[in-house]
Parts: sequence; C-alpha cells; structure tokens
Amino acid sequence: MNIQAVRVIYISEMGRFFRTIAQSFISPVLSTSLYFIVFGSAIGSRIEEVEGVSYGAFIVPGLIMLTVMTQATSNASFGIYFPKFIGTIYELLSAPISFLEIVIGYVGAAATKAFIIGMVILTTSFFFVDITIQNPLMMFAFLTLTCLSFALLGFILGIWAGNFEQLQLVPLLVVTPLVFLGGSFYSISMLPPFWQTVTLFNPVVYLVSGFRWSFFGTADVPVLASLGAIGLFTVICLAFVWWIFKTGWKIRA
Amino acid sequence: MAAIVSVKNVTKTYDGGFQALKGVSLDIEEGEIIALLGPNGAGKTTLISTICGITTMSSGSITVGGHDIQRDYRTARQMIGLVPQEINLEPFEKVIDTVSFSRGLFGKKKNRPYVESVLNTLSLADKMDNRVMMLSGGMKRRVLIAKALSHEPRVLFLDEPTAGVDVELRKDMWDVVAELKRQGVTIILTTHYIEEAEAIADRIGVINNGEILLVEDKDTLMARMGKKHLTVELADPVADIPAALADYNLERGADGLSLKYTYDTNADRTGITALLADIAKAGLVLRDVKTDQSSLEEIFVGLVQGDAA
Repeated sequence: MNIQAVRVIYISEMGRFFRTIAQSFISPVLSTSLYFIVFGSAIGSRIEEVEGVSYGAFIVPGLIMLTVMTQATSNASFGIYFPKFIGTIYELLSAPISFLEIVIGYVGAAATKAFIIGMVILTTSFFFVDITIQNPLMMFAFLTLTCLSFALLGFILGIWAGNFEQLQLVPLLVVTPLVFLGGSFYSISMLPPFWQTVTLFNPVVYLVSGFRWSFFGTADVPVLASLGAIGLFTVICLAFVWWIFKTGWKIRA
Repeated sequence: MAAIVSVKNVTKTYDGGFQALKGVSLDIEEGEIIALLGPNGAGKTTLISTICGITTMSSGSITVGGHDIQRDYRTARQMIGLVPQEINLEPFEKVIDTVSFSRGLFGKKKNRPYVESVLNTLSLADKMDNRVMMLSGGMKRRVLIAKALSHEPRVLFLDEPTAGVDVELRKDMWDVVAELKRQGVTIILTTHYIEEAEAIADRIGVINNGEILLVEDKDTLMARMGKKHLTVELADPVADIPAALADYNLERGADGLSLKYTYDTNADRTGITALLADIAKAGLVLRDVKTDQSSLEEIFVGLVQGDAA
C-alpha cells in the first residue's frame, strides 16, 4: 500500500477545500440559513408539528442530507475530473499507485469535506431550532455512509464526464430532484397514497428517513430498510469503481 | 553494461485501429543519455507513455531495472521520472507543494530539504512559494522537471523538453541534464531538434512510423557526419575504377561518369591533392568537381524518407 500517495492526494484535495473556503464552506452555511428562515420560520410557523416534531426541527436532517449528498458528489467528481481536464492525470497514471489508493485519496477527501459541511450545518441549525439527537451514534453512521457513498458516485461521474457540463448534469438533474422529492422537507405520510408508493422507488427516501430516525426516533420506512438501502448503494458504487479499475474505462488509452 | 530499460517487441494499436508502435525493441543502458529523434507522430510519445504506464501496450514486454512494468509496476515506476511534453500543472498550487505532492505520489516520505535542493538546481529556489500560474512558460517547464526528479528516479524521461523554449533556457536544460548524468541518472529524451541530440546524447535512436530505424552511438554517427565526399565528374565514362586509384576506395557512379571519394575532414591529410594528381596520371579527364558533407540531419531525413517509401 502506497500510504504516502494516499496521504498527499488527501492533503492536496483538502487544500483545495480550504483554498476555496468561501465556495466550499460559507455558501452551504448561508444557503442552509436561508432554508431555515424561509421554511423554518416564515412557512414553518404556519405548519403544525410533523410526527411530533416542530417543522423547523423536522427539516434539519433533510437539509443536512441535501447539502451533504450534493457536496460529496460534486467535490469528488470535480476532484478527479480536474486532473483529467488540466492534464495532470499523467502523474497519477505513471505513479506507483493502485487504483484503489487513488479512490481512497479522492473519495476520502470528498467524503471528509461533505462530513465537515454536514457538521457545520448541524451546528448552524442549533442557532435556529431546538433539537436533541436521540441516537448520535447512528446519526454519525448514517452521515458517514452517505458521505462515502455519494463521494464514490461523484468519483464515478468525474471519471465519466467529458466536459464541465456533464460534470454538473447528474448532481443538478438527478441528485437534487431526488433529494427534494425524498422527504427532506416533508414526511412521506403527508403525500396521497399513490405518490407514497412512487416515492418508495426513490433511494434517497431511505437515507433521509434513516437519518431522521437517528434524530427523532420516527421514520418513514423501517431503519433496517434504510441501512440496507445505503449499504446496497455503496456496494453498487464500489462494484462500478472496481469495474473501472479492471477495464481502465475513460482513463487509460 | 546492463540494460536499465528493456523494451521487447512492443506494439500499440489504438482503439481507432491506428498502429502507433510496430514491434519496437530497445535496450537503454544504465547511466547513458539516449535521444530519440523522429518527426511528429513517429511514436516517440507513445513509446514513452507506454514505458511509464500511461498507455497500455497491445503486445510485447518492458522491464525497468529488471522489473516488469505490468507485473511489478510499483517497483518499476518508482525508478522512473517523467517530464511530459505538455505543460500540465495544477495552476493554483504553490511550487513547493506541487513538487512535494509528486514525491509523495511516488511513495517517498516528505523531505523538504531534498525538494528544496531540487528546486535550487533548477533555479527555482526563489519561486518555491509562488503559485504555479504566476510563473513564465520556461519556469513552468522547470517545475515539471522538478516534479519528475522529486522522488529521486534512476531513469528520467524528457518528452520534448525544449520545445518552444528560448535559447538560453535550452542551454540551461542541457546543463541540468549533464549534471543528472553525472549523478548517474539514465536519461531518455525525445526531440526533433537534431542539434539537441548532438549536444547532449551518448546514443541516438531514430524512430518513424512506429519503428526504430537506427540506434547508434552519437560518436559513430558524428564520425559519419564528419565524412565529406568529393565527387569528380568525368568527361568520358569509365567501365571500372583504374587500378592506380584502387587505394582511394572510390565509388563509381552508375553511369560511370562520376567517382566519389570519401574523406575525413578532421584528418591531417585529406588525400585530395594526391587523388587529383593520380586521376590525372591515370589519364582521366575531369569535367567538374564538387564536395558535400552528410549531416546528422541528412542521415535522419534519409532514414525517414527511405522508411516512408
């Protein structure tokens, strides 16, 4: 195992995060605060409690998930796409480093960034609403798994993308709608029966539900189903990454 | 001397069907500087990319320091430094950081004094805290070399190191290469500047259309270059070279109307005076006399054109 290589990739990717602190740090905090003001205070004050939780507090897990999923995806995809775009990928390809080590470096850094942002949003939310986390251990487990699996997804997208438009395509057109429609801002029990069934095909529902369960002890779907869903998603992403490694798809001529 | 890089029957066919390498075999000896000359699209970069692991070969085998570049890629690649043709650098990073990054990528522990000494050798010491995007083109190229040297490689590939570089920097690069050779680093450089190959290489390989046409000591090639030809055109054709002129190793033109004498310009006596006197004695009548000199460029062009025909 080339530990030094993993270390420098990780540090260099984290360096980018701190270089672009306004973009990577302040912007999610600002947008989360805006969500709290609009949904939590302005609209939320007119909504009754959802499953025994005030609406402002109810949306906290969903908000964290929304940001964490998009950040993990875009950070990882950009992280590996950028060397391809500027040509520095030659160095990764000629270094004594395995694909697994490249993945650990880039995905690890992207997941860490997303995790930090998630924690910052959680801290920010304490200023707006009153929340207690019933199961902190599960909360961290769900958050970590989500960061990792979506960073893996982002890594795959970054390898696949041939230009900046494609790089933005999946996060904007797939991830964001799925998260919005995944019960981030509502309980799926609030939907008409038909849409409740449709929603169950949205994988994000399981992640948001499990994460919310760790906060409030209530969930849209059983916690085991949530854990199964995130486990399955991680395995699919890992399998895809393994296939890229085997075939050299899009990276090695 | 043992070959530090050994390329055997390597072929590379790209997905589109283009065959970039057609069975290349090449042994590079430890400590030498070998220049690969060839026109654009000859396969120079593909060959280097294949040895360095960026491109996968279609068939054949390559070892570096005795290690197979596929089975034992970690050990093989640790020995190699690559300076690519294009200036590919992360623009927002500091010089010292990007060079240290390369060192880590090749599995070496952080060693700031060593990285600083490399930057110093390349006259980059005062730029180490600058961001890469602030540097001039020539400085960026030095950063690429620093990155390639950061992990103390034993074999250094320089892909067109002086393309688009001004004369002064080119001379500086040559000095750096000479210094590396003194330290025992094996250097493989590609170029299409013949004077560059002449100036720094020990051996010269000519590559065209994915094939190695020739690999020879530079001195042997230079000796061939140092040869001059004197062609005498005769008024009347001769069937054979007269016996009196046998010692001169003359070549008879196909039509018998010319005789070509090859001599060494560096020799004390060229033998021209004696030859002309002996030609007159043999009763041959001269119509014209001309001299020409083969240069490395001519040898190169001749090989490349012969290959294209």
